Amino acid sequence: MYKDGRGGKVHKMSKTTAMTGAESAAEAMRQINPDVVAAYPITPQTAIAQNFANYVANGIVDTELVRVESEHSAMSCCVGASAAGARVMTATSSAGLALMWEIVGVAAGLRLPIVMEVVNRALSAPINIHCDHSDSMGTRDLGWIQIFSENAQEVYEHTLIAVRLAEKLLIPAMVCQDGFITSHGVENVEIFDDEGVKKFVGEHKYPYGLLDIKKPVTHGPLQLQDYYFETRSQQIPVMEEAKKEFVKIGEELGKITKKKYPLFDEYEMKDAEAVIVVMNSTAGTTKTAIDAMRKEGKKVGLLKLRLFRPFPYKEVSDALKHVKKIAVLDRSVSFGANPPLYSEVKNGLYDVKYTGKLHSCVFGLGGRNIFVEDIIGVFNRLLDGKLKDHDYIGLREE
Amino acid sequence: MNYKELALKLKTEKLVPGHRSCSGCGFPQIVRAVLASTDKPLIAASATGCLEVTTTIYPFTSWNIPFIHSAFENSAATISGVEAAYNALKRRGKIKNDIQFVAFGGDGGTYDIGLQSLSGALERGHDFLYVCYDNEAYMNTGIQRSSATPYGASTTTAPAGKKIPGKQEFRKDFAKICVAHNIPYVAQASLSNIIDLTNKAQKAFSIKGPKVLLVLQPCTLGWKYPMDKTVEIAKLAVETKFWPLYEVENGKYKLTYKPAKDVPVIEFLKTQGRFKHLLKPENQHIVDKIQENVNSEWDKLVKLSE
Repeated sequence: MYKDGRGGKVHKMSKTTAMTGAESAAEAMRQINPDVVAAYPITPQTAIAQNFANYVANGIVDTELVRVESEHSAMSCCVGASAAGARVMTATSSAGLALMWEIVGVAAGLRLPIVMEVVNRALSAPINIHCDHSDSMGTRDLGWIQIFSENAQEVYEHTLIAVRLAEKLLIPAMVCQDGFITSHGVENVEIFDDEGVKKFVGEHKYPYGLLDIKKPVTHGPLQLQDYYFETRSQQIPVMEEAKKEFVKIGEELGKITKKKYPLFDEYEMKDAEAVIVVMNSTAGTTKTAIDAMRKEGKKVGLLKLRLFRPFPYKEVSDALKHVKKIAVLDRSVSFGANPPLYSEVKNGLYDVKYTGKLHSCVFGLGGRNIFVEDIIGVFNRLLDGKLKDHDYIGLREE
Repeated sequence: MNYKELALKLKTEKLVPGHRSCSGCGFPQIVRAVLASTDKPLIAASATGCLEVTTTIYPFTSWNIPFIHSAFENSAATISGVEAAYNALKRRGKIKNDIQFVAFGGDGGTYDIGLQSLSGALERGHDFLYVCYDNEAYMNTGIQRSSATPYGASTTTAPAGKKIPGKQEFRKDFAKICVAHNIPYVAQASLSNIIDLTNKAQKAFSIKGPKVLLVLQPCTLGWKYPMDKTVEIAKLAVETKFWPLYEVENGKYKLTYKPAKDVPVIEFLKTQGRFKHLLKPENQHIVDKIQENVNSEWDKLVKLSE
């Protein structure tokens, strides 16, 4: 038995505890006990690094924690450690992810299975510490697996899957959660027994470790017109495999958790006339709205993405093609273009010759609250044909 | 170490021939001498720059030891990650060997864009040697001025023109910045004094914690001189006290070489095209200013070394 950072006891069996999303991420990290964690403080991610630092300070984990001087160095340190052959994790938010952007791409290009907790926060300017998804979306084309999480429970479970997934395919993975809403909101979280989780996560065996001094490998060589294209192209098919592997590894985790981990969740979709597509915590708000509306006989449903990269075009399109009215809710924008999630859903629906009505709604930038009534409003306008093609939720127009 | 010992150690070929650095380039000698200065297994990192692009052109590599390049400004942060992984895996019994770590960077990757990452790694106390091959400008991108470029030098971004005669600022005293981190060992060396260089590298590898070695590296293209003059020009930099050889061990300064006679700095400057404009009579005041600066910096060093 041991005491955790806050004086708690070891989890010999699964137990349900009130904790925040940041704490549940740190709990997953405690159970994973990575070889190296390098992180730099930024709100709202800091809560993860602080919790984990407590575990280190109290000997609950024996991870080498590198308290770097910037996020750029955090990811650089992770790259070095991962290339050395270690199991490596980090966490960041917003400007931190933006600062490390260059090396986020390097990590993927070098095929290093780093796992990063991203606590979603708006990008500057204006500076804002609250939730939106513009930080993750800014890295969506850098070659990382991106998993979005509705609540603290999913953060915990997705983190466990991410480690296996990243190491299986040698692709780095980020687990996203909503800043403050999830990271600082207290919920009941079921933490599964340490031994079971440890067994599930297993040992990390990286084939090209720098520390294998008998087999010297050059990481990060210069590749010019004659090789770069082929090397980069190798990232494409392996990324596609992440869909299948996510489900497969999820099924394995399901044996412990008794839950399912599909690419996306369908909630009341069977006979739904109007469906909202959304990611992270707003999926929870949407479920509550759906429950209320269903009681009134309104046929509304939800498609909640877990995996955003790789994007499951075919699977999402197949699930949506018979839905008459769809609103895709984005918590970020793409200036001069369609918002990211809407854009992907629309791309996929082209392939199935979708004939229904597809709308884009941008909401919640900089942490602007979205309430159950807002979602009900979207559904009602969607059903009544009053929703604009490109609409905003909660935006003051005066 | 003496020449015979060095020659024997170089036979281990940690950086093998076939790379594509320019004829007359100074860094291969520096890198090979540093790599030869430890018998323990060694892992190297390099910043983006001449060293990295000429030694790792895929599908070839000159590195016969584990090597990593990640980006321009982060070789110190990258090697600190490798070292952290080593500590973790050693603690967990997954590694048995004692391994040493070295990171390389040019002056751009060290004095400028990599300064923060290096400062962070030094402050955190990682056990590694950082080697700056200092050719006093951004040579890989085409001879742009860096904060290591000397006063008066002509570069492509601070060219000697009709109105402005080259760089208007003196170079950063980078050794002092490193010393201010209170690390166990900082030294300045030159490829012309190769035994002094290997002695410093050997000493650095024998000390636990962060160490920094700044090595002057003449560049045929950037400094504009015939390619057979590299060692000679490096030697002139030392003899004119333009680039003093010294070490700072636990804060204590020591000059490791004192030129026997006073050689004016113009003897160094006049060998290179980048200072060509300084030979014009109207620019004599710039040469005087450089000489004054060399004198005062030397005097300071002598005092610190007493």
